[in-house]
Amino acid sequence: MSEFTFLFRGRATSGSPEEMQKHMEKWVAWFKEISAKGQIKDPGHPLAPTGQTVTGKQKIITDGPYVEAKDLVGGYMLVEAKDLAHAVEISKGCPILEAGGAVEVRPIEQLTL
Amino acid sequence: MVAALTRVFGVHNLALAEDVVQDAFCRAVEVWKFRGVPENPSAWLMATAKHRALDILRRQRTARIFAPELERLLESEWTLAPVIEEVFAPGAIKDNLLRMMFSCCHPRLPEAAQVALVLHILCGVSVSEIASAFVSAHAAIEKRITRAKKVLATSKSLFDALDPAQFSARLPAVHRALYLLFNEGYHGASAETVVRMELCREAMRLTAVLLDHPIGTTPVTYALAALMSLHAARLPARVDAAGNLVALCDQDRSRWDQELAVEGMKLLELSATGSELTEYHIEAAIASVHARAPRMDDTDWEKVVSLYDTLMTIRPSPIVALNRAIAIAQNKGPERGLEEIGSITDADRLAKYPFYSAALGELELRRGSHETAREHFGAALALARNPMERRFFDQRIGACERGGAQ
Repeated sequence: MSEFTFLFRGRATSGSPEEMQKHMEKWVAWFKEISAKGQIKDPGHPLAPTGQTVTGKQKIITDGPYVEAKDLVGGYMLVEAKDLAHAVEISKGCPILEAGGAVEVRPIEQLTL
Repeated sequence: MVAALTRVFGVHNLALAEDVVQDAFCRAVEVWKFRGVPENPSAWLMATAKHRALDILRRQRTARIFAPELERLLESEWTLAPVIEEVFAPGAIKDNLLRMMFSCCHPRLPEAAQVALVLHILCGVSVSEIASAFVSAHAAIEKRITRAKKVLATSKSLFDALDPAQFSARLPAVHRALYLLFNEGYHGASAETVVRMELCREAMRLTAVLLDHPIGTTPVTYALAALMSLHAARLPARVDAAGNLVALCDQDRSRWDQELAVEGMKLLELSATGSELTEYHIEAAIASVHARAPRMDDTDWEKVVSLYDTLMTIRPSPIVALNRAIAIAQNKGPERGLEEIGSITDADRLAKYPFYSAALGELELRRGSHETAREHFGAALALARNPMERRFFDQRIGACERGGAQ
């Protein structure tokens, strides 16, 4: 078993409250499903679109992540899967895909010194 | 509300759940004083408790273990709010009640503790009210509940009532607890009439919740519900205007709740499937014979006696034997009844039961032995557990004296 990080990009921010509610329900259902299969290592959290970025030696602080909405990381999660193909397979159930978002599946790199 | 909160916090955090509810009520008192009572007070309380729960879950996310089966979902903001929403949704409240009900009927708890716990947690009955309903000391009930909660806490996760295998394993204990709860209200020794009616109503409400759930809808549950409805139908006539107990034979049957009786008959019919015959079936059937008789003389006593015969084979007890003897007396005369009472094997277990002496008294009175009857009612009076019973036996003694003077 290996660990993968799912980065969820783009988030459904528009839509009626009913649509949002439906979307959340799908999200919970997906969570329950993969959680029951023991595939969640750490459920992670959603991330607010605001914040600040600290850059370089000078530690320059800029407001916000300043990327296009579709590229914005909206949350993360740690998943356990056999291999990358399996992890990708798991990500296909994510409701964010139906809302026009993307899941970036990234293996955890084991650094060797 | 406690049931919903316990669902998220876990059984071992029952105290926390109770605190949150308490808190919500305190906030209500404060806020409503200034802004007035909101349009939907219970929804307001629910929302307040919900917010408080979210607060606690966020603050103590890592410090505490909450309901293990929900842990993953409570850990993450992805799912926290939606899951809380789900647990507090009107449909889920019933599931939570059911889960809590089954949790209270933990096999390691004595039946009396299960009943006390159901009353306290599910019906919100205070310790002193429970103490008065069970005629025991406040401290004793408090201890019983505290001890019971400790036993519950060892299980951590709420009983998963929705798992069919576990469900049917514990269902008999739940039936029993609801039955005892109802009986406590119906025959119990409490002084307060109001509390007693309340216990019956709560038992019926919880049985209805059970019936409402697909896996709780078994013939036995139907039988239990039938039994409660048929007995409850007689409640209005059981006590007269002056608050005195009225024996079945003297009840004004026009005061019986016909709607409940019909409902009970319907439930009894629904219970008549499958192969399992329980004491609830038989007791409901006996109650239905009474309900069908518009006058005491119309009662099919032969049927009642044969039902008691069956009951004696399923669940023999001196009380059942006593009731059977009384039915025989109705059918074949007081002498035969007295013979039957005389042949009850473990009658010594009835020594403290006032209605044992009272039954003897009634039959002696009926066959004209007023003096013996009077003695028996005197014994019953000495054993009476509340003013209502005392007045009842007093009145019977009066009847003996009048009869003797004639």
